[in-house]
Amino acid sequence: MDLLEYQGKQLFSKHGVPVPDGRHATSVDEAVEAAQELGYPVVIKAQVQIGGRGKAGGIKLAKDKAEAREHAEAILGMDIRGLTVHELWVEQASDIAEEYYAAVVFDRGAKKPMAMLSRMGGMDVEAIAEEDPTAMVKLHVDPLLGFQDFHGRRLAFDAGIAPDLIRPVGAMLARLYETFVAEDAMLVEVNPLLVTGSRDVVALDAKVTLDDNALYRHPDSAEFRNVSAENPQERMAKERGLTYVSLDGNIGILGNGAGLVMSTLDVVAQAGGRPANFLDAGGGSKAEAITSAVEVILSNPEVRAVLFNIFGGITRCDEVARGLIEAFAQIEPGVPFVVRLDGTNDVEGRRLLAEANLPNVHTESTMLDAANRVVELAG
Amino acid sequence: MAVLVDRDTRLCVSGITGREGTFHSLNNRNYGTQVVSGVTPGKGGQDVEGIPVFDTFHRAVEETGANTAMIFVPPRFAADSILEAEDAGIELIVAITEGIPAHDELRVYNHLARNPSVRLVGPNCPGILSPGKANVGIIPASFFKEGNVGVVSRSGTLTYQIGNELAQSGFGNSSIVGIGGDPVPGSSFIDIIELFEADPETELIVLSGEIGGDAEERAADHIAEHVSKPVVAYIAGFTAPPGKTMGHAGAIVSGSAGTAQAKAEALEAKGVRVGRNPTQVAEIAIEVLGARV
Repeated sequence: MDLLEYQGKQLFSKHGVPVPDGRHATSVDEAVEAAQELGYPVVIKAQVQIGGRGKAGGIKLAKDKAEAREHAEAILGMDIRGLTVHELWVEQASDIAEEYYAAVVFDRGAKKPMAMLSRMGGMDVEAIAEEDPTAMVKLHVDPLLGFQDFHGRRLAFDAGIAPDLIRPVGAMLARLYETFVAEDAMLVEVNPLLVTGSRDVVALDAKVTLDDNALYRHPDSAEFRNVSAENPQERMAKERGLTYVSLDGNIGILGNGAGLVMSTLDVVAQAGGRPANFLDAGGGSKAEAITSAVEVILSNPEVRAVLFNIFGGITRCDEVARGLIEAFAQIEPGVPFVVRLDGTNDVEGRRLLAEANLPNVHTESTMLDAANRVVELAG
Repeated sequence: MAVLVDRDTRLCVSGITGREGTFHSLNNRNYGTQVVSGVTPGKGGQDVEGIPVFDTFHRAVEETGANTAMIFVPPRFAADSILEAEDAGIELIVAITEGIPAHDELRVYNHLARNPSVRLVGPNCPGILSPGKANVGIIPASFFKEGNVGVVSRSGTLTYQIGNELAQSGFGNSSIVGIGGDPVPGSSFIDIIELFEADPETELIVLSGEIGGDAEERAADHIAEHVSKPVVAYIAGFTAPPGKTMGHAGAIVSGSAGTAQAKAEALEAKGVRVGRNPTQVAEIAIEVLGARV
């Protein structure tokens, strides 16, 4: 789960990471009120989960009430690389002396958290690496030991931080690490990490990704919403407990097991088609879940044809067939279906489908034939 | 021969009294696996169709000589159960549970790494099947028979798909090992490939990978340097958009890292043939080993 800047900053505050004082706003009036409370100058920042907000005009400095209103009006509703701005973060303008980069990432390869620090902040990580590969200092932390003071010192000294800032930057890294662990984050990134004119170290931005599997331990974080990135099908699927990812094609896909569904998307693409979604109906898919999944797939108006690719292990093909028959009894799909049933109880499943004689449902026995058929039907 | 599980496996199931735990424990026993005990705190003294249940792993190991654990408890209890099994001296722990927090997996992995005699397979995996010998997990055994192809995979159903295509072409398996779809698998492709390389029965290794992480790239380097047996690979997720978790917690393209394209290229660069779809994997296997049936 990717958090918006202001949500990440809320978590930062909880763990003692200094952030500029700010307020959340969803309307122009709220933004102006927030600015008045904070005192000028303020920065009005679009809350969307995408890089390059500043360049797109989504971050503006306001020196007085009139400017605050003007900028809030301009930014709310703005489209930034396909995302509509629904929320603003209004914050006290900072006095910028230096911009660093700091992060704690979940290093899957090393199977340890990795802390990172660079004096070249304010640009993206790839750009830093390109400009000067030695500018990014990295250090793995043993998760059973945790972040020690020496970790902070090593990173700060190796990054070439000024002597008077070694301690505060080290302390900042320790708090970011604490946030990373305590909040079950996969990523905590601060870019830029700010040094103010009075030599304070402040997190000016916050990019935090949380582990979905750990949200049960963080009920408050589980409530975080990101309206601009929400997709109606994804929301509907989530409410129904289905694993769904929206894609930009026109062929609806349902399969069982994440690997098989990914493979199905690939095979459909190889056959010249464009998948509209990833949907894993899961192991042991029961008829009810199948009906529910069909509704989600068909709620996307782009869908021209649907492919069911089932290899029954725990999932029984007869259950899937019953689910599909049930779905057709409740909704009239209006688009062709291609169904490939193989594995546990496949003969029974195919028999049920043949008997039901559903309109515009085609059965295939192999994954490749099914992919070719659905691409042909989607036109 | 086979790898990891065989007729000497003495299995203890954590979560045996749960619905799924009971179903699969009995399924494994019906296949011929020695399911010697189960663990459910508070239910010690009961039994599941004759399989004795203990309150702790330590008691189960003392009383029944269990050498393998299968973890079937819900995510919030799973890391603790894995650690308990290790503490009780179990040498092979197979974690089926999906949804364990990544930080829990990280702590478990780093703790287990300090004990050279323990091996964790999973979590979020379908388990291990050595056809004709033992089944530990949820792999539908009826599709597979004994043979000389070793399979290691991050995905369950994709393994069945590939295994079934191999079976239809007349091939059987030495062992099928699901290493799981989470960000911190206890065993990597390399760990399992080493076992297959040393297993005299295995003549061909099939590696089934997917987007996310760099385990396939690391395996490619390992294969080039240390593996004499032919390896055929498959990678799922060419069409996955960046930044989206594709079902498995570990299946995510982060920025430009972890793409299927990069993995397939890394493997091919080291001489590993990569099938474009599961059917092609079987076709390459036939080519390498010579047609059967």
